[in-house]
Amino acid sequence: MSTQLPSECHMFLPKSEFQLLIDLLRGDGFTVVGPMIDQEAIVYDEITSVEELPLGWTDRQEPGHYRLQQRDDDAYFGFVVGPHSWKKYLFPPLTTVASAQKTDSGWQMRTPDPETTKFAFLGVRACELAAIAVQDRVFTGGPYVDPIYSERRQQAFIIAVNCTEAAPTCFCSSMNTGPRCTSGFDLALTELEDGFVVEAGSEAGESLMSRLSTQQVTAAQLASAESCRQQAVDQQSRQLDTEGIRDLLLENLEHSRWEEVGSRCLGCTNCTMVCPTCFCCSVEDVTDLAGENVERNRHWDSCFNLSFSHMSHGTTRNTITQRYRQWLTHKLASWHDQFDTSGCVGCGRCITWCPVGIDLTEEVAAIRNDDCTSETGGTA
Amino acid sequence: MSAPAARPKLAVFKFASCDGCQLSLLDAEDQLLDVVGLVDIAYFLEATSKIVDGPYDVALVEGSITTPRDEERIQEIRRQSGYLITIGACATAGGIQALRNWANLDDFIRTVYASPQYISSLSTSTAIADHVAVDFELRGCPINQYQLIEVIQALVAGRKPHTRTHSVCMDCKQQGNVCITVATGEPCLGPVTQSGCGAICPTYNRGCYGCYGPAKQIHAQSLTDHLIRQGTAPAEMVPLLRNFNSGAEPFRDESNRIESLT
Repeated sequence: MSTQLPSECHMFLPKSEFQLLIDLLRGDGFTVVGPMIDQEAIVYDEITSVEELPLGWTDRQEPGHYRLQQRDDDAYFGFVVGPHSWKKYLFPPLTTVASAQKTDSGWQMRTPDPETTKFAFLGVRACELAAIAVQDRVFTGGPYVDPIYSERRQQAFIIAVNCTEAAPTCFCSSMNTGPRCTSGFDLALTELEDGFVVEAGSEAGESLMSRLSTQQVTAAQLASAESCRQQAVDQQSRQLDTEGIRDLLLENLEHSRWEEVGSRCLGCTNCTMVCPTCFCCSVEDVTDLAGENVERNRHWDSCFNLSFSHMSHGTTRNTITQRYRQWLTHKLASWHDQFDTSGCVGCGRCITWCPVGIDLTEEVAAIRNDDCTSETGGTA
Repeated sequence: MSAPAARPKLAVFKFASCDGCQLSLLDAEDQLLDVVGLVDIAYFLEATSKIVDGPYDVALVEGSITTPRDEERIQEIRRQSGYLITIGACATAGGIQALRNWANLDDFIRTVYASPQYISSLSTSTAIADHVAVDFELRGCPINQYQLIEVIQALVAGRKPHTRTHSVCMDCKQQGNVCITVATGEPCLGPVTQSGCGAICPTYNRGCYGCYGPAKQIHAQSLTDHLIRQGTAPAEMVPLLRNFNSGAEPFRDESNRIESLT
């Protein structure tokens, strides 16, 4: 929905007026989706009240490890990213793309009605804005536009939140995607103790901001917001060296590290399911028992599944090692050729939610440190 | 698979099992009459006492081989059947009763039966595929009725059944389930277990027991090593792998490996 604004227009929204933001969006016909605690984690789901937000909670993340923890303050957004991403709304896990019914006069084909739900996403982080921009290229760039994604995306209202902390799994600084929200939002919030510094990023955002009970922002509040955002930069410890990464990976396809990580990888698909940019899917026809009604369904799939590379001659990537290599080289290398961007935004979800804690930054570093093709580096 | 004759003649046979898998066909309720209309039920003792002699186009076989009589009977069923499809963990991996493979059968018989001399049993519980060629295996304890209907429907239509072979994790993630192992530390076999149940246990905040058996090409040791490093006792890991699919090779071998370490 965002038409980018050049001007920097900041206001201050006291926390006592925060609920009005949700009320106005709901009044405008939006389904508001935001973070909430469920199943021992902070997930995204529909909210109607600020009381549903994870007030006073944070997350502790390590490779293969996630725990909720109480904070010693009342921050609404004092955590990073959890197992869900916004892709579950823009690129739903299961959708019907077509159906057909057998009638006396032959098959009647039907395209489903367009999606009418308008989503407002509250709490989109910088890495997630970048992920949405990546999926925009995948689904709406070029001559073939995905109507399901496109309808949902065009109607979405995005309220970004600047991170004020980083998890040990975050590496958005390395990927140049954050932690500062710079574009792709309608509104962006930076949380302070008693309110939010609000910035409009589009005409729609500016219009909504004018209806909120905001106050003029003070220099002290702006400085405080800047220092909170800087904390997220300073806390980032994980790095991915992206220098020449495309060639590095594609020139090391036979590196022994692939076998090593392939022996640890479970091929379970978790990394691809939680990844906010992974877009693989399969289409399947489902018929009723009489064979008179057919639905063509699209569901998330994964390059880690053995069946995903099954073609007429058999399975192309027949080992987990081959499938891990395919995923990582696509994400970090050939994605550049295909979409002119990296497929990784540095959110760290694949590291946290891998059941055995495989860390792609470690895998790339291992290959770089032992680069078979480099004259200077490498011990092999 | 090529199409068998219209309305294929279907038989349902039982070996050592609880009957739960064949009952899932009767549980199909809304679709039961339509399913019955697709096939000619020739032998299905849980549903009808009417028996039609073989040969059969399709045999659904439930249960594991645990007696000398079973060993003979499965050969005869194979000879009488066009397609032989095993249904459930007992038929595909030996079932929970395959725990006897790690124990002394005589001890059990003496403990359970007042007159053990009348019992004729094998010392092992084994999968149907260990004895005869199997055309298709339907996993689960119990099987998923929709997968069974899909297999029957595919047979009638002469196409390959769509039963997915990915891990339980993919079902969890698509339903929005938070990973139990990562978020709480509870051990879960989901990453190495084949889909089919719809991730029912994790959906109810319980780790996966592996009812649908090992997914393809799994690295069970990578998961168990990690879970043990994260605090799961090895003595807890062994019975988790030795549930309904203890006889499936990857679960069996990994449970043996961990046991040898303790």
